[in-house]
Amino acid sequence: MIDDTIAAISTAVGEAGISIIRISGRDAIKIVSGIFKSKRNIDLKAVKSHTVHYGFIYDSESNEVYDEVLVNVMKSPHTYTKEDIVEINCHGGYVPAKRILELVLKNGARLAEPGEFTKRAFINGRIDMSQAEAVIDIIRSKTALSNKYAVMQLSGSVKDKINEIKNDLVALIAHIFALMDFPDEDVEIFNDSELIDGIKNAIRKIDELLDSSEKGRIIREGLNTVIIGKPNVGKSSLLNALLNENRAIVTDIPGTTRDIIEEYLNIKGIPIKLIDTAGIRDTDELVEKIGVERSKEAINKADLIIFVFDNSRPLEKEDYEILRIIDDKNVLYVLNKIDLPSMIDLDEIRRISNENYISLSSVTKEGFDVLENTVYNMVMENGLSNNEFLLTNMRHKDALLKAKENLMSCLNTIERGLTEDFVSIDLNAAIDNLGLITGETANEDLINEIFERFCVGK
Amino acid sequence: MIYDAGSYDVAVIGLGHAGCEAALATARLGLKTVAFAINLDSIALMPCNPAIGGPAKTNLVREIDALGGQMAINTDETLIQERTLNTSKGPAVRALRAQSDKKRYQFNMKYTLEKQENLDIKQAEVVDIEVENGEVKSVITKNGARYLCKSCIVTTGTYLRGRIIIGDVSYSGGPNGLFPANELSKCLERLNIKLMRFKTGTPARVDKKSINFDAMEIQPGDEKIKPFSYLHDEINVEQIPCWLTYTNSRTHEVIMRNINRSPLYSGEIKGVGPRYCPSIEDKVVKFPDKPRHQLFIEPEGRNTNEMYVQGMSSSMPEDVQIEFLRTIKGLENVKVMRPGYAIEYDCIDPTQLKQSLELKTISGLFFAGQVNGTSGYEEAAAQGLMAGINAAMKLLNREPFILDRSEAYIGVLIDDLVTKGTNEPYRMLTSRAEYRLILRQDNADFRLTEKGRQIGLVDDERYERFLKKKIQYEKEMERLKTAMIVPSDFVNEYLKSKGSSPIVTGITMYDLLKRPEIDYISSKVIDKDRPEDIRDDVAEQIDINIKYEGYIKKQLEQVEKFKALENKKIPSWINYDDIKGISIEARQKLKSIMPTSVGQASRISGVSPADISVILIYMQSRR
Repeated sequence: MIDDTIAAISTAVGEAGISIIRISGRDAIKIVSGIFKSKRNIDLKAVKSHTVHYGFIYDSESNEVYDEVLVNVMKSPHTYTKEDIVEINCHGGYVPAKRILELVLKNGARLAEPGEFTKRAFINGRIDMSQAEAVIDIIRSKTALSNKYAVMQLSGSVKDKINEIKNDLVALIAHIFALMDFPDEDVEIFNDSELIDGIKNAIRKIDELLDSSEKGRIIREGLNTVIIGKPNVGKSSLLNALLNENRAIVTDIPGTTRDIIEEYLNIKGIPIKLIDTAGIRDTDELVEKIGVERSKEAINKADLIIFVFDNSRPLEKEDYEILRIIDDKNVLYVLNKIDLPSMIDLDEIRRISNENYISLSSVTKEGFDVLENTVYNMVMENGLSNNEFLLTNMRHKDALLKAKENLMSCLNTIERGLTEDFVSIDLNAAIDNLGLITGETANEDLINEIFERFCVGK
Repeated sequence: MIYDAGSYDVAVIGLGHAGCEAALATARLGLKTVAFAINLDSIALMPCNPAIGGPAKTNLVREIDALGGQMAINTDETLIQERTLNTSKGPAVRALRAQSDKKRYQFNMKYTLEKQENLDIKQAEVVDIEVENGEVKSVITKNGARYLCKSCIVTTGTYLRGRIIIGDVSYSGGPNGLFPANELSKCLERLNIKLMRFKTGTPARVDKKSINFDAMEIQPGDEKIKPFSYLHDEINVEQIPCWLTYTNSRTHEVIMRNINRSPLYSGEIKGVGPRYCPSIEDKVVKFPDKPRHQLFIEPEGRNTNEMYVQGMSSSMPEDVQIEFLRTIKGLENVKVMRPGYAIEYDCIDPTQLKQSLELKTISGLFFAGQVNGTSGYEEAAAQGLMAGINAAMKLLNREPFILDRSEAYIGVLIDDLVTKGTNEPYRMLTSRAEYRLILRQDNADFRLTEKGRQIGLVDDERYERFLKKKIQYEKEMERLKTAMIVPSDFVNEYLKSKGSSPIVTGITMYDLLKRPEIDYISSKVIDKDRPEDIRDDVAEQIDINIKYEGYIKKQLEQVEKFKALENKKIPSWINYDDIKGISIEARQKLKSIMPTSVGQASRISGVSPADISVILIYMQSRR
């Protein structure tokens, strides 16, 4: 536990000049030296303690350069954790730091638990009696909290998917073990191609899950955000105010935004893909109708819906209509046009939004800071999800990546013509890594599977 | 009336495979030992199959041997056939299996015990273990003899409150027609030891004269017999074949028609049976789509006509057994000599034991073998040896001898038992050993001989043999790293013949051996300076260690991580009630298992990583 190497982004997530990725543990220097390149070919393993080095972080597999960085090397024992620590100072923002962290994890570090750097500092002998109890409480509660989140974030469908992959692999390895542990019994032999197909299939499923990793997707594609509201509540002007540019056509005539408009913006480092929709209302006009259909489709795909009300008009049937459509989504209620006299039933808004709405004006920009903070918090703290994706937890992703690596090395072993026992070792590791996500141990599964599926035993 | 029958250091109750190893170990370590069997003719009895070894079990036997135990030697001396298994599946799972001459196995072992200095063997049923102030004081036999002892090793196998079930007939009995031990269970209960009820079974023995072997497939032994014991170079005996046949739809029909008479399905049997040892009725019910099940007809010895029907274990009524056996090809006129039966017996919950196999609550009381919830001769012997060694270590005021999961299959076996417990008879499987690539059967001597020497069970002969082998291996590995092979027609011709690509520059022999298709022995022709006297088993080590270097290194790295946690010892004074912040379930489990290391604690189900963190911090703060 204390002998592995941990890593985490130690600066707050968001827009900032720099971000720092901190790595602590036995292999910290080795790991970073494997992804660090400098003009003068500095070998981080050979540098003095507490020195700073300029260079680049790159992926040694793809040779892609990630970022220009400063690296601090601090050697045990005079460090915060009393272990070797490396800190990578990279450019600020969500993306570079995350990508570098993922690279560090891929190269052998493990994502730090909440409070783990501090925990190590204590375990490695920086403890005093009076602090011990307090630290235990912190770790207990933090771990409990993160466990709770992990469980919450592990939606039923992801758990099913991971279990599906795990079960496939358990079936493969059970077959291998049935053959190895009961060599004289007539367990049907299975050939390499079956094994290879099984492993490749599992890798494919893992890739799918990794692609659906929510934060990864958000970083790549942006948070799918739909602005919705009945015609002329100020959706486009809200969008434009957010974008600070005149992109959509803005008029006072209902129905002039006939298509879906997509725009990207960046809220505190989180990329947001904003979709302005045609207002939803009953209409016979064909062009309008297409727009409405597409709006509904956009709603279904959305991670977040911003539902806009017009402060200057009373609530209408159409508002309730929309409310019905967005029933089970993540919704942010926005009361627009607060610069105009209020004609809306505020009690009703409070009721609809469960006392939780944001008042703003696209004209005066009042309330925009609240909107931005709320969006940021929803992404970073609570995690957003609709049912389609959903690998939200970095730890899960980390474990999936490791499982994938194990499976790749299985393939390599088979390719090299080595025997089943070698294959079984990496398969076991892959299953263990998947088990870390679902919290189930694999060994008993495996033994159960052997006896469930194969008629073995004297 | 109880009489004083003498005073001993160690008393061993039961002389099956566990008891024999335990008694020999304590006696060989200089302790005055008395060992009991209900019937002295049942010493080292093999009440089930007439075979030793198989995957994972071979590793146990060879580990016992490397530590100075008896099982491998006795197997080599009495085998009538041997085969190497899994040759094509890789070094980690390669295994030996010997068919034993059952009676010779028994009497050879019995004579070994009889000749052993410091060891007295007695025919008696032990009915009571007397404990005073939490320490073992004496054992009492049914005939009223009291033997004072400082340590007692319980190796009662399936005898405790044994009950035999054959169809609708059931009676109190031990294995193979022997008496059960009905009274000792009560004594264990009195000592507050938690008992469980397990079940196992065995097939019928049939008369060779009544079998038509022409209808079966012959299965001979290997041409060359590989000894189990590192003390033996070769074994030359005439081998006796086994025979292969199959059940068929008629067999299955007979079983299904009578299934209501099976005690397994009528509820007559309450004990938990092993899944890897299913009865034929289990197999037919559970795998209805399987058109046939494989059976081996195995000789029970050289001087007997009894044949063991492997694969046909059953507790069906005797008449049903006869009926279904006669549906099988080659067994149409078969005569049953002993019917198959199921046996239910008491065993203890092994989580009550320390890693040394000593009971946590009573000083000097050790348990080993099937009574700990395991199954198999090899599993029993391994525990017997370890219990014997640890009983001796304790009396000699030395540290307990514990093998961990990275050192031996024995370590995996005992750690699983005392940490996780078991809810069915536990059998060793290769899949249970995480570090199986280093726990191979071929390197048990490299792993354990030194340890056996330190304990005092490895005699000079064994030790010198080992050192010679080790030095030869090390010297040759060094030489191979510098032995340059330069390209020549001859060399490339050899490589071509092996399906290997030619060389264009010089390469060391060591690097050449990394190629999967190049083996050490055949490459002698291109390796001019190779010594003449390299042993075959050294050649095997060289091949394995060079070819699989990368994988072995990877496992060694895993072992290093594992060791770090194993080496974090939890002090015995730890009070889990005192530690705020561990979950209730974890607290209960930790209090009952009392793990000795953080690593062991982490393997207890219900103990989470958060609990482990808390324990680590607690320990640090109290240092």
